[in-house]
Amino acid sequence: MHHEAPIVEFLGLNFNLSNVLMITVASAVVFIIALLSTRQLAMKPAGMQNFFEWIMDFVKNIINSTMDWKTGGRFHILGLTLIMYIFISNMLGLPFAIVYDNTLWWKSPTADPVITLTLAAMVVGLSHYYGVKLKGVGEYGREFFRPMPFLFPLKIIEEFANTLTLGLRLYGNIYAGEILLTLLVGGLAHAGVGGMLAAILPTIVWQGFSIFVGSIQAFIFCMLTMVYMAHKVSHDH
Amino acid sequence: MLTNSLVLGAAGGGFNGGDVLYQLVMFIILLALLKKFAWGPLMGIMQQREEHIASEIEAAEQSRTEAKKLLEEQRNLLKEARTEAQGLIENAKKQGDVQREEIIAAARTESNRIKESAKLEIEQQKEQAVAAIREQVASLSVLIASKVIEKELSAADQEKLINEYIQEAGEKR
Repeated sequence: MHHEAPIVEFLGLNFNLSNVLMITVASAVVFIIALLSTRQLAMKPAGMQNFFEWIMDFVKNIINSTMDWKTGGRFHILGLTLIMYIFISNMLGLPFAIVYDNTLWWKSPTADPVITLTLAAMVVGLSHYYGVKLKGVGEYGREFFRPMPFLFPLKIIEEFANTLTLGLRLYGNIYAGEILLTLLVGGLAHAGVGGMLAAILPTIVWQGFSIFVGSIQAFIFCMLTMVYMAHKVSHDH
Repeated sequence: MLTNSLVLGAAGGGFNGGDVLYQLVMFIILLALLKKFAWGPLMGIMQQREEHIASEIEAAEQSRTEAKKLLEEQRNLLKEARTEAQGLIENAKKQGDVQREEIIAAARTESNRIKESAKLEIEQQKEQAVAAIREQVASLSVLIASKVIEKELSAADQEKLINEYIQEAGEKR
């Protein structure tokens, strides 16, 4: 059940080559899909352009539900890229997992806490950056003492808690999905013909559910990103 | 061991700083590439469509008001033409009436004139005829008288007649 990770040390940093591979694949898939879908743009949208315009409106609605478009418009591209990248990442681990030489190579990049926490930290970091940029250092600092000054320690904890929950929620959902798939396919299906037959239905069901979970998690990640952004950049909330 | 592996999973123990760096760099690259090649153009075309639709709506609105204006204008023109036609007909009728009266009056005067002149002429003719008859009667009577006188007037009778005449003339004066 437990597979080794292909870790390589380079320039004093540990690289998990499996993650590097999957990040690259996910990014490439997102980029290629987006590129192919937006090659033939027309005033009268057709085919994939419709789908991408729908995604744009979807993210726009997410942003609009947390802050006004004048402030939130700048996060449109960030939200779009996040939701696409996380969705594709979540889907990558579903059809199969490649284990070579007892080393897990193919999986969802988001099934690794390091990756999800990186994304989460990036989002929270960006929210601080935009908080300072849009409201000024003074207003940004005063925000930590509202509504009551004695809540300051809680506010500090909240920032770390946000980062952790944002990253670990995604990681937990996707990793659990993959674990169960691995158990079903790698465990039950190997226990003879009966096990194989018994594994078919739950595997299909769980894959379907994982697609649902993966979509929902991508949406939630994008939504929470915008919520945290709104907390930092909005003047009233 | 199993629990440990389930919890930490693919992290595989130890902290993979390289993954963090790689993920960050890749995400930023992806963001930049998508912005340049996908989101940018897509947003552009959506913006363009929005503007197109807005301008189309504006144009439609404009043409509608123009059509409305034209319709109003045409309606006014039609009304004007109708009143004008009405006026023309009225005028013509009036003129016709006037002309009829004139013609009738002219005809009446003309006929009166002709009647007068005819009357006058008849009168004249009558007078002439009477005069002619009178003249003829006079000459005839003289003729008859002279014949009669030639036949039967004696000297005495002539005398008597002359006297009578003289007396009569004297009485009349």
